Amino acid sequence: MAILSLNEVWKTYEIGEEKVNAMAGINLNVNKGDFITIMGPSGSGKSTTMNMIGCLDVPSSGAVLLENQDISHLEESDLAIIRGKKIGFIFQKFNLIPTLTALENVELPMMFQEIPKEIRKERAAKLLGMVGLAGRLDHRPNELSGGEQQRVAIARALSNDPEIIVADEPTGNLDSKTGVNVMDFLRQLNKQGKTIIIVTHNEELTKYSSKVYMLRDGKIQNE
Amino acid sequence: MILDFITLAFTNLKKRQVRSWLTMLGIFIGIAAVVSLISLGQGLQDAISKQFETLGSDKITITAGAGLSGPPGSGFTSAKITQHDVDLIEKIGGIKGVVPINFKMGRVYFDDQLKYTYVYGIPLEEDMRSIVDSMSNIKVADGRRIEQGDTNVVMAGYGLSTGDIFEKEVKVRDKLLIEDKKFEVVGTLETIGNKADDSAIFMPLDKWREVFNEPEIISMIVVQVQDGDNVNDIAEEIKLRMRKDRGLKEGEEDFNILTSEQLADVFKIVFGIVQAVLIGIAAISLVVGGIGIMNTMYTSVLERTKEIGIMKAIGAKNSDILTLFLLESGLLGLVGGLIGITLGVGISKVVVLIAQEFIGTGLLGASFPPILIVGALTFSLVIGSLSGMLPAIQASKLKPVDALRYE
Ligand SMILES: Nc1ncnc2c1ncn2[C@@H]1O[C@H](COP(=O)(O)OP(=O)(O)OP(=O)(O)O)[C@@H](O)[C@H]1O
Ligand SMILES: [Mg+2]
Repeated sequence: MAILSLNEVWKTYEIGEEKVNAMAGINLNVNKGDFITIMGPSGSGKSTTMNMIGCLDVPSSGAVLLENQDISHLEESDLAIIRGKKIGFIFQKFNLIPTLTALENVELPMMFQEIPKEIRKERAAKLLGMVGLAGRLDHRPNELSGGEQQRVAIARALSNDPEIIVADEPTGNLDSKTGVNVMDFLRQLNKQGKTIIIVTHNEELTKYSSKVYMLRDGKIQNE
Repeated sequence: MILDFITLAFTNLKKRQVRSWLTMLGIFIGIAAVVSLISLGQGLQDAISKQFETLGSDKITITAGAGLSGPPGSGFTSAKITQHDVDLIEKIGGIKGVVPINFKMGRVYFDDQLKYTYVYGIPLEEDMRSIVDSMSNIKVADGRRIEQGDTNVVMAGYGLSTGDIFEKEVKVRDKLLIEDKKFEVVGTLETIGNKADDSAIFMPLDKWREVFNEPEIISMIVVQVQDGDNVNDIAEEIKLRMRKDRGLKEGEEDFNILTSEQLADVFKIVFGIVQAVLIGIAAISLVVGGIGIMNTMYTSVLERTKEIGIMKAIGAKNSDILTLFLLESGLLGLVGGLIGITLGVGISKVVVLIAQEFIGTGLLGASFPPILIVGALTFSLVIGSLSGMLPAIQASKLKPVDALRYE
């Protein structure tokens, strides 16, 4: 059963007179436990699609169904609640909060869910231990290597125990060895039952996938 | 929950310490100014009220000269007040007593040291004494007061007995040379409350006339009325009679009549205006401080656009972002206010100390009513939050996708 599906989704940006269709009628289904890879050249609409899947943005037309609920017309504050509970994001540029320590960064999504401090701390420390950073709890992002930062980001994405992990080029800023390490983590998570959707340019990484979508000009090529 | 947000806001302010301090500077200078001005103003008002309380609300003072152009007795005016006026006033009904008091700068030698200080001539008749005493707040600390029949004796003010005027402390039984005449000190006084009066010397009125060779002139007449309610009516009556007696039209008076209440009011009005203007200026600096906070918060929102995007992506609602930024600006205001209040209280205390040291009035105290402290704190919090309102709204309305793309 699909936990997430895009039905004929369009996203159009108007810049002056010009219209750009970042998504031009995309249909896709994600089942629980899938490991989906999205590939395509730069500007093909991968990030836009990921934002749609992650409830960060709403389509110009079409429907986004999350657990059979159409979220394409929801207010930002309702989307925020859904994101906080059901989606975990991993970004290419790690996107940790620079003023907070690793532990505090992992705690942050739980804070927005109003989880008590004690529970937050314990869970964040456990997650950081799981990604091999037990000794780095009080380091700030600029005191961590790229690979370590991305692992903090993975721990953060997991903090509210979301159904779906959305990762937009998670290895794009890492060397291949560290990249493989990060992918191993994602694969492990997938084995534990998490649904994972990932954007990558690396053909190597498709071997982990249950499904690969090729994007070009806002359309899926291999339907 | 809100505690977590406060911690987060605090972390953010600490991260940009220099900017936070500079921003708060704008608030705490304004708050310090307002707090010190109000507390000193309140203290001064209290001091004035206290002075006039000792004077009593049932008294009227008459001095020569036109208008409130200077301290009584200092004006170079041809108009004089004499025994004739005292007799005139005594005839008015409803009056308990009429007391002439004289004072002048005198040349005083003690232990071969020369100083110029005020010398008062006060009447010693039994019925006038209580009026004089309450009027000038005279209380004997050591020795006795001057009595009827005394001739070459004086009472020395508090300042003389503590060695503030002469190098040596003036004690009972010491000898003073006043305008080349020899006097013995029979009593020293408790502090009257201001340096000028505390450095004065008091002698019998008759002796004063002789010493200063002024048989006629009177520096000030103090009238005590029988019933405090009629003070203003009687003051009017005195004015009318003296004007008639001198053949002057209304408004041309060459003498001043003031009830203690009027005197207090004049002081309070003048003082209130000065204070209002000063506080107005301080308030403007608070507005500027508020704009400073707004500016800082706008910069902060811009700088942290990406951060806002991240927070929204991981589940922050618009209201969370709004709260976070409002707390930051509110904290800037509140901490600025706290420092400002501390600073303001400090300034007031220093001013009071300086006033005591150099002007010598022990009466001036700074008063800090709780409402002032609480009010200043609330006000700084409100300024902080209000100034942060627009930037915070802007931050909360950022679309997550746009904010995340921002570099
Ligand atoms: N906010 C926006 N305003 C205008 N155009 C946009 C906006 N966001 C994306 N686009 C356009 O939509 C198209 C798809 O962008 P998108 O970021 O999804 O590409 P991408 O496949 O992720 O590329 P890359 O591999 O470089 O990250 C691009 O042509 C881009 O210029
Ligand atoms: Mg992209």
